[in-house]
Amino acid sequence: MKHLSIIFLLILSGIACAGVEFRQFANPEQQEAYETLTSELRCLVCQNQTIADSNAELAADLRRQVYEMLQQGKSKQDIAQFMTDRYGDFVLYNPPFKLKTGLLWMGPVVFLLIGLIAVFLFARRKKTASVLHSNTGNENAEKLAKIRNLLEKGDQS
Amino acid sequence: MLKYILPLILFIVLAVFLALGLNLHPSEIPSPLINKPAPEFSASKLQAPEEKLTPADLKGKVWLFNVWASWCVSCRSEHPVLNQLAQAKAAVIVGLNYKDEPEAALGWLAQLGNPYDVSIMDQDGRIGIDWGVYGVPETFVIDKQGVVRYKHTGPVTPEDVQQVFLPLIAKLQAEN
Repeated sequence: MKHLSIIFLLILSGIACAGVEFRQFANPEQQEAYETLTSELRCLVCQNQTIADSNAELAADLRRQVYEMLQQGKSKQDIAQFMTDRYGDFVLYNPPFKLKTGLLWMGPVVFLLIGLIAVFLFARRKKTASVLHSNTGNENAEKLAKIRNLLEKGDQS
Repeated sequence: MLKYILPLILFIVLAVFLALGLNLHPSEIPSPLINKPAPEFSASKLQAPEEKLTPADLKGKVWLFNVWASWCVSCRSEHPVLNQLAQAKAAVIVGLNYKDEPEAALGWLAQLGNPYDVSIMDQDGRIGIDWGVYGVPETFVIDKQGVVRYKHTGPVTPEDVQQVFLPLIAKLQAEN
């Protein structure tokens, strides 16, 4: 068991080391800015990865670009703007709320509403159905009583 | 009645969304550069590294900016199309040799023919970033004022040339 977990950890460390680039930062804020930016920018080649995650060459180039701009003292906003000027809003994993991205932002809310309405309608129908069901139960009881009555009468005759 | 209509409506909505989804090209990202001035560069020419080319040198001309590389597979299928387009002499064709080795690039042109009036080198991909390049080949059309008017992502096909590029170039040539 112990050996297994050591092997497992070694494999994990291998994954963690893959694609590590050595970057030196002037201060922790800058490093934090680098980490946030690279995890918020999309790699355009492998579209479902951030440039921090991707090993594509373009992602490496964009990481370099982010790093260099931070070294030049550019702010996070400046860098995000630089990227959108070149690649469009698509490069941002957190796109701004605009007319064009409205559906993207409002979509989940719309679907949630549709879901709630559906649940509400379904629940109401179920309720009316169960009322009906209990009615039939009463009818059955009446019928049963009638049958019992008939049977008892039959016994007497 | 509603019991039958509701699933039908749901089915139609779903079918419409799926059909639209099938016809989308999510890998083609619209360029924010359209109708903006061509991004600046000053790059060494592939055939003459001591000479530089800038977009200002091309002012007054309609030019195509084709991003290519000798390592790029779809560039190979695009190449004969560009050779043909070059023969039509409709516009100046500038090549951006993207993240490539000059020797490999020169070898490629010697072997397959050179459709470019001039090719410039972008070995570290910085010009590519300024132009929003994310997949090679890409082709931009720039007008006489130096404004980007069109971007094509992926290999240019003969149909694209006939239906898009030549009409657009003719239109831009007629502008001042």
